[in-house]
Amino acid sequence: MNQTNAWRGFVGTNWQNSIDVRDFIVHNYTLYTGDDSFLAEPTEATKKLWAEVMELTKKERAAGGVLDMDTKIVSSITSHGPGYLDKDLEKIVGFQTDKPFKRSLQPYGGIRMAENSCHAYGYEVDEEVSRIFTDYRKTHNQGVFDAYTPEMKMARKTGIITGLPDAYGRGRIIGDYRRVALYGIDRLIADKKAQLKSTEGTMEPTRIQLREELSEQIRALAELKELGNIYGFDISGPATNAQEAIQWLYFGYLAAVKEQNGAAMSLGRTSTFVDIYIQRDLEEGTLTESEAQEMIDQFVMKLRLVKFARTPEYNELFSGDPTWVTESIAGLGLDGRPMVTKTSFRYLHTLTNLGPAPEPNMTVLWSTKLPEEFKRFCAKMSIETSSIQYENDDIMRAYHGDDYAIACCVSSMKLGKEMQFFGARANLAKCLLYAINGGIDEKSKTQVGPKYRPVEGDVLKFDDVMEKFDDMMEWLAELYVNTLNIIHYMHDKYCYERVQMALHDRDVKRYFATGIAGLSVVADSLSAIKYATVKPIRDEDGIVVDFETIGDFPKYGNNDDRVDDLAVHLVSTFMEKIRKHFTYRDGIPTMSILTITSNVVYGKKTGNTPDGRRLGEPLAPGANPMHRRDTNGALASLASVAKLPFNDSQDGISNTFSIIPNALGKGERVFMGELDFDKLLEEAGE
Amino acid sequence: MDGYIHSIETFGTVDGPGIRYVVFTQGCPMRCLYCHNPDTWTPKIGNQKSVEEILNDYESYRPFLKGGGLTVTGGEPLMQLEFVTELFREAKKRNIHTCLDTSGITFNRSAQYLQKIDALLENVDLVLLDIKHIDPDRHQVLTSMPNAPILDFAHYLKEKQIPVWIRHVVIPMATDKPEYLERLGYFLGDLNNIKALDVLPYHTMGKDKYRQMHMVYPLDGVPPMSTKGTAEAKQIILSGIKKRLKDKLNKVQS
Repeated sequence: MNQTNAWRGFVGTNWQNSIDVRDFIVHNYTLYTGDDSFLAEPTEATKKLWAEVMELTKKERAAGGVLDMDTKIVSSITSHGPGYLDKDLEKIVGFQTDKPFKRSLQPYGGIRMAENSCHAYGYEVDEEVSRIFTDYRKTHNQGVFDAYTPEMKMARKTGIITGLPDAYGRGRIIGDYRRVALYGIDRLIADKKAQLKSTEGTMEPTRIQLREELSEQIRALAELKELGNIYGFDISGPATNAQEAIQWLYFGYLAAVKEQNGAAMSLGRTSTFVDIYIQRDLEEGTLTESEAQEMIDQFVMKLRLVKFARTPEYNELFSGDPTWVTESIAGLGLDGRPMVTKTSFRYLHTLTNLGPAPEPNMTVLWSTKLPEEFKRFCAKMSIETSSIQYENDDIMRAYHGDDYAIACCVSSMKLGKEMQFFGARANLAKCLLYAINGGIDEKSKTQVGPKYRPVEGDVLKFDDVMEKFDDMMEWLAELYVNTLNIIHYMHDKYCYERVQMALHDRDVKRYFATGIAGLSVVADSLSAIKYATVKPIRDEDGIVVDFETIGDFPKYGNNDDRVDDLAVHLVSTFMEKIRKHFTYRDGIPTMSILTITSNVVYGKKTGNTPDGRRLGEPLAPGANPMHRRDTNGALASLASVAKLPFNDSQDGISNTFSIIPNALGKGERVFMGELDFDKLLEEAGE
Repeated sequence: MDGYIHSIETFGTVDGPGIRYVVFTQGCPMRCLYCHNPDTWTPKIGNQKSVEEILNDYESYRPFLKGGGLTVTGGEPLMQLEFVTELFREAKKRNIHTCLDTSGITFNRSAQYLQKIDALLENVDLVLLDIKHIDPDRHQVLTSMPNAPILDFAHYLKEKQIPVWIRHVVIPMATDKPEYLERLGYFLGDLNNIKALDVLPYHTMGKDKYRQMHMVYPLDGVPPMSTKGTAEAKQIILSGIKKRLKDKLNKVQS
């Protein structure tokens, strides 16, 4: 059996008997507590390849943001022949199409989106393809709009519910790509076939759906094997060395991005897994440190080159063209050992070897118990590259164990066992204005929400506003969950993530993710109403369009319980309302506070608010305090954010933190130095 | 006891060792031309906070401040001597590292004052002493106050053997003359309680505040100090220190 050779030297048995990557990692990884001095520089081949990438990047920019697009071949796992940057130099191969920087055509999410993406950059989708996806093959987008109610369309239009994945891929599903390397495709197919067999019985709708999906997964795995063939690799069996392990794993990921233009296409938690193979090769003497780093550098280079066809509006919403290839690094094992390996360092070291970049989104799962040298290295890399994201492993480990990863920026899920339905967000700042105006949209002046009694009188009264706000949140939560139910039903039906789900267990736990925007605006607005005097200003039709706020009030971001408690209350209350409703496929409702960039667009859609924010001004990102309202320094600001209950915001709480290097202390700078009088005396005596 | 507090910075990294909770007190008798906090000048205005309030707030950040501590700066903290004394006394009871950032301008050797300052210094772990100019006349012009009390305070801290970090801002056309820098170094060379020398480049970030406060910015036209110039200035100060040390050495030998 080729398995015997591929698994030589590995210990443990559970992972051999069933698909269990975590068990394999826990039994075989080598903890590294040393420093970064072992790391190698980029090889000549890496430097040359990266120079070519930079050249193409320049050309892409000069061409207006897109260098080439496929307009005819609908992307699938096997749709394109092999593509290379420079075949002889590449240690890890594979592109989404037949050449780098050429964006693939993915119409299953919505043909209009695909057409607009091409059109915006001077390309046109082939007429035949357009006709097929308009007349014969329904898309996710069309399915959703067939089922939307008028109220949903209206809420979507005004932006009280916004960023919905109803015209683009929902993403946020992480295939356990490591399975491809550890087991090979044949074993995975055999496993899926057994699963299919296990679902025979009474054919009620959920079982029928599962059986259809399992069959799709098996088909996708066969295509994945074919993708290997296209590049000259037989991936039917397990990887036998580090290079194969990385390559097999990457093929799994590549298959996913060839089929899904998802809002976030994250990688998982691969560094410690890959390290086991590298460590074995190093010990067997078949690999040098320089070669190990070369493979990692080139793997990361491929991840940086994942590209999708997207519209300018999409890019505006996300402030760029993010792919969210998030890789989760480190964290602590359930047995107390840090999951830091030399390859954790090697991954982060690519930021030096290839230069800083936002993708892949290197995310350190931070625990107070991580090795000191690794912490130092992270701090150093953060200062040098500003490219590392940090997440609290000590909190998430309690919920997800030690083999979870982050999808997008903060969504945690157990690899191969949990997934999420991405649900964008509800704009609570607008919801507050709807409460004040009895469901009338403050910008379009149309009745969008239910026609409740608006706020009356010359001064906003806290209890009155809170009661009305509570009612309006009740309405919003129900509408929001129902809208998402439609979206995910249709996405499963018309744009199913078959290869990603093929790299999951049969029975996955599904998170039904929702999100909120405008937390700090609402907290400060409620604080203003409670602690200062807020007078509503009405237009000729009696609609409140502005506010006069007299006096000062506590502001979120200063570690002041008077207002922070309002923010906490808001999070828990809205989550509680979300939980009341039916969710598609028994999804477990969660919520996030994480708009990292789209807060700018949401702000444009939100009128004047009682906290003094003007119409169109951005909301603060994620759970951040409003810009410049946190006046007691970083710790006070972070302390306010840290009060938000993770249990009621399990899909994550994000805080965007910027600080100028000088404000982080003086470190090695010239200005500062300890004075050693003895030494000076010595020098003086010379 | 209550103090007049201009503001709090919970994540101070440049005012003493480690991450520090920094209390900016309100009120300062000096009128430094390059002051970037003119809003702290007027005494007895603004927020009043009690010792208890401040230290309780400090506690909420303690895990972050374990390698740092509490720094009181201003304004001029010595204008609220009793308050700062009380604050540091209570802080030491809670095992908090204390740092006083001062110009020392209020210092004098009257028995009454010494009694008060001694009570404060009892609970001070580190003094950041800001010497603005070594030359008495130039100091008067730059800050509107004499430097004699400041230099005397430096000597007093030496007598008490209290650890000191010296801070000095290098300002183009004001303090950047080699002659002044060397004289400063020569003065410092006599102080064996100095643990660090912090030479800071003058910057123009205070300008906005003057505009907001409808004040004329006195150093309009003076460019910010370069990194290179600051490093050079530091070397000159160090050479001044060495010169003093050498002279002392010779004196002992002769």
